[in-house]
Amino acid sequence: MSIMTISNSLDIYLLMAALLFGMGIYGIVQRQTFIGMLIAAELILSGASINFMAFNRFLAPDPTVGQIFTLFIMGIAAAEAAIALSIIIVVYRNYRSIETVDVVELNG
Amino acid sequence: MVSLYSAEGLSELVFLGIIAVTVTGGVIATNSARLIRAVTGLALCFIGVAGIYYYLNSPFVALMEMLIYVGAVCVTIAFAIMLADPDPDDAAGRKNPLAGAASLAVGALFFWGLSALAAKTMWQAPAARLNNGSMVAIGKSLLTTYSMVFELISLVLLVAIIGSLVLARTGSGFGRRKS
Repeated sequence: MSIMTISNSLDIYLLMAALLFGMGIYGIVQRQTFIGMLIAAELILSGASINFMAFNRFLAPDPTVGQIFTLFIMGIAAAEAAIALSIIIVVYRNYRSIETVDVVELNG
Repeated sequence: MVSLYSAEGLSELVFLGIIAVTVTGGVIATNSARLIRAVTGLALCFIGVAGIYYYLNSPFVALMEMLIYVGAVCVTIAFAIMLADPDPDDAAGRKNPLAGAASLAVGALFFWGLSALAAKTMWQAPAARLNNGSMVAIGKSLLTTYSMVFELISLVLLVAIIGSLVLARTGSGFGRRKS
């Protein structure tokens, strides 16, 4: 595989998806604030979407399935971001902080 | 061997640039101390992901990625940062010194596992394609095969909008003491 035909191989897309997924996991574990964790979760979702699109382009017999799945992932991600951000704003109003260590009294 | 100065070679160069943009955006999004910089890094990463979708033969999904993620989700997160106004200096002092290395190890483990799995599997190309995956084909399958899911996701979005409005309103101190 030459460097000049790299955009036509499945492996580079799967590698990019795994890299984005790993970055997202790293961000979720490392971040101290809820908004930072939400940003990392968006990275994980886009890694999953790249995987679906790569399989759709190279392996699927019906090449609309992966695109439609990616569109639905986008819709779910938008709903998730809206809900999570409103929860974060409510937490900020009650605790004056969006850091995870300040709201530990919410655990069970 | 494709020449660098042909159209294919230039397209490969652009592809490598897109990958660099995506990785840079992801690194900024996960590592910057200020959250507003993390959001701009996230927008950069999503622009790169849209370019990757374009190289995967679906300009429609690339356009949707720009419209929904860069245009809507990143702006919403930026608004939430403006409303919540987090202080970056406060977080740095209370961090466990082992947290950075441990999270890097966890992320690297996931990346290694997934990429090893992708490299070791023998992927089978399909014998035949049912359609060309164009926008017309996407529209047809959305309104025939996937019409139920299409309706359900509109219901999910409606419930999410109403739920986030209710959540943000009840916490606003309406009818009780302002702090």
